Amino acid sequence: MNDMRKIERDVHMTDLKIKARGVNVHYGETHAIKDVDVDIVDKTVTAFIGPSGCGKSTFLRCLNRMNDTISICRVTGQIEIDGRDINDRAVDPVQLRAQVGMVFQKPNPFPKSIYDNIAYGPRIHGLTKSKAELDEIVEKSLRRGAIWDEVKDRLNDSGTSLSGGQQQRLCIARAIATQPEVLLMDEPCSALDPIATAQVEELIDELRRDYSVVIVTHSMQQAARVSQKTAFFHLGHLVEFNNTGEIFTNPQDSRTESYITGRIG
Amino acid sequence: MTAIPFILLILAVLGGYFINRMAAREIRDTGNRLHSLTSYHGMFSALMILVPVLTFILLWLVFRGPLVDRLVMGNLPDGVLDNLGTGAIQLILAEIKSVSRGVIFGTPEDWKFAAADHFVALNKRADWLLVVCAGALSLALMYFARSRVTAEFRARQGVEGIISGLMIFCSVVAIFTTIGIVASLSYETYRFFEMVPITEFLFGTSWEPQIPIREDQIAAEGAFGWLPVILGTFVITFVAIVLAVPVGLCSAVYLNEFAPRKLRSVIKPLLEILAGVPTIVYGFFAVLVVAPAIRSFGQSIGLDVAPNTALAAGGVMGIMLIPFISSFADDALSAVPQTLRDGALGLGATRAEMMLNVLFPAALPGIVGGVLLAVSRAIGETMIVVMAAGLIARMTINPLDSVTTVTVQIVTLLIGDTAFDNPKTLAAFALGMMLFLVTLMINIFALRIVRKYREAYD
Ligand SMILES: Nc1ncnc2c1ncn2[C@@H]1O[C@H](COP(=O)(O)OP(=O)(O)O)[C@@H](O)[C@H]1O
Ligand SMILES: [Mg+2]
Repeated sequence: MNDMRKIERDVHMTDLKIKARGVNVHYGETHAIKDVDVDIVDKTVTAFIGPSGCGKSTFLRCLNRMNDTISICRVTGQIEIDGRDINDRAVDPVQLRAQVGMVFQKPNPFPKSIYDNIAYGPRIHGLTKSKAELDEIVEKSLRRGAIWDEVKDRLNDSGTSLSGGQQQRLCIARAIATQPEVLLMDEPCSALDPIATAQVEELIDELRRDYSVVIVTHSMQQAARVSQKTAFFHLGHLVEFNNTGEIFTNPQDSRTESYITGRIG
Repeated sequence: MTAIPFILLILAVLGGYFINRMAAREIRDTGNRLHSLTSYHGMFSALMILVPVLTFILLWLVFRGPLVDRLVMGNLPDGVLDNLGTGAIQLILAEIKSVSRGVIFGTPEDWKFAAADHFVALNKRADWLLVVCAGALSLALMYFARSRVTAEFRARQGVEGIISGLMIFCSVVAIFTTIGIVASLSYETYRFFEMVPITEFLFGTSWEPQIPIREDQIAAEGAFGWLPVILGTFVITFVAIVLAVPVGLCSAVYLNEFAPRKLRSVIKPLLEILAGVPTIVYGFFAVLVVAPAIRSFGQSIGLDVAPNTALAAGGVMGIMLIPFISSFADDALSAVPQTLRDGALGLGATRAEMMLNVLFPAALPGIVGGVLLAVSRAIGETMIVVMAAGLIARMTINPLDSVTTVTVQIVTLLIGDTAFDNPKTLAAFALGMMLFLVTLMINIFALRIVRKYREAYD
């Protein structure tokens, strides 16, 4: 009896959330992503590392179809979330982006109040029926973004009046407010100082309990600190994808080894 | 003859350049390290000569004419100018000048021939004096510049100093021109308010700018209350803005966010062409097409429509303002960082929602600034309303009525035989002054908003 439950939990732990097969991305003539296969597991942090320009952001943006907003960008291949092909005609990219939240490199709070920043997603998706419900979502999201204590007395101040680190946590809270299942983060700490970085990393580790998080980072230490799985990209190829510990202690590919020992980058 | 000083100047500049450059080379070739490149030494000398001498020549040319005139008139035989007004004296001077050119009407008196000879001689002397002075000044400056050439001399900074001085001068020209315009306007306005009380002008509701031509004329008391005139201006401006703002904004939004790149590359230049159409052409359009159309449409549904309505003038002015507002709004929208667009789209907003909820509020200060600038352009616009608006000042806000505007009144007051010593003419200056103040306030306000907005994203 007991054993049964343990097995069930293990299966759950390795639930596939995102399955990508043969993904290719072209920007006009540039072939930015070449035949990439990835499996992203639910409730884990997956890190994408690699030298700049290797296509990490491009691949990340495939996962919520943000590449649709770039006119010259063409994506082919199969990407499934919970077994459903997201490039299918039946999938509304606008809905998809509520389900797959995204946090960007530069904190980008809207020039609105802190409250309205968080409430924006729930409002446009009609997630709440009453003001009280919306208040609750805002508070919950801000708490989840580990910034509630700092802003609870100034919810009407402009989101742009916060410090860089606070802005980034606000943006994370804003993404959480649409109740996504996956969180994509594109170098979320690259514009932050070390203390703010530590706060955001702690938050990412927290978020793992409820979401599957995909984080692009240029810092290998960060990948090692926050992620369980790491994917190494190089020139548009996915070179190696494994448990983070394996990648950093026992890389299989010589390019991975060169990168993590600092010879290419 | 006037070419000679300029040729001298060019020679002196070139000479100064090469002399100093050569001198600097010599110092360098004897093994010293120069602070500045030899070409800077040359440039220093050239600028040292060019700027003062050119200024001197230009000032001379400006003041020579009046000076010679005074000398000629002061030298006339005693008594010939007695009891003559300024107009008559001007006529005599003109006659003397035409005689000096050999153009003779009738039989001028002998003293006029003498004066003409004097005039010619003085001019010749002035020409030679200019050549001598400009030459001497050039030589002195050339010598001065040459004496500065040493290994340590900072010719590089010297050149920079002179050039930045020139740039300061250029930027100050605009300021002084503005001050000059305002000063002359203020003076005439002051004279107007000596004749017509300022309270009557500011608060009067009747504008009938006639004055009696004969003492005994009946019903000729003019009225100078500017309220109906400025009200007309505001009505037309309002019509123009109501048309231009929504159309301009929508086209900017479409071009900025929705239009395919190809379409944008066609529409944008077209809008710019619209912005380049001379306003008098818009005036034709208003008079020949829009006004009759509005009139016949109004009459067909039983409305009483004036032949030259505020609606026609304002509507066409609105069309003129569309590209102005559109390009301002386009700039403001483009200045919103891409990261904000991504942020909204990444939360699952559609493009329209992103536009409405995020881009638009973020760009709003810039857009408002652009709209205010458009308002001040509409208030100051002259040609369209001169052609398409009415002449009679009425206290009305009905856009189907005929109204007049401040600019139209200024034009009509100044057309025809005008003497600058009666309230009818001076009223134009008072109106101009008020127009200037109103648009100045709007512009200051607009620029302030725009600046605030720039700070938010830089
Ligand atoms: N919007 C775009 N238009 C054209 N090319 C792009 C665009 N974005 C990225 N690329 C190209 O795609 C490749 C991968 O870029 P990116 O995904 O941003 O790399 P990374 O995030 O790993 O630094 C680069 O060669 C880059 O030049
Ligand atoms: Mg990137």
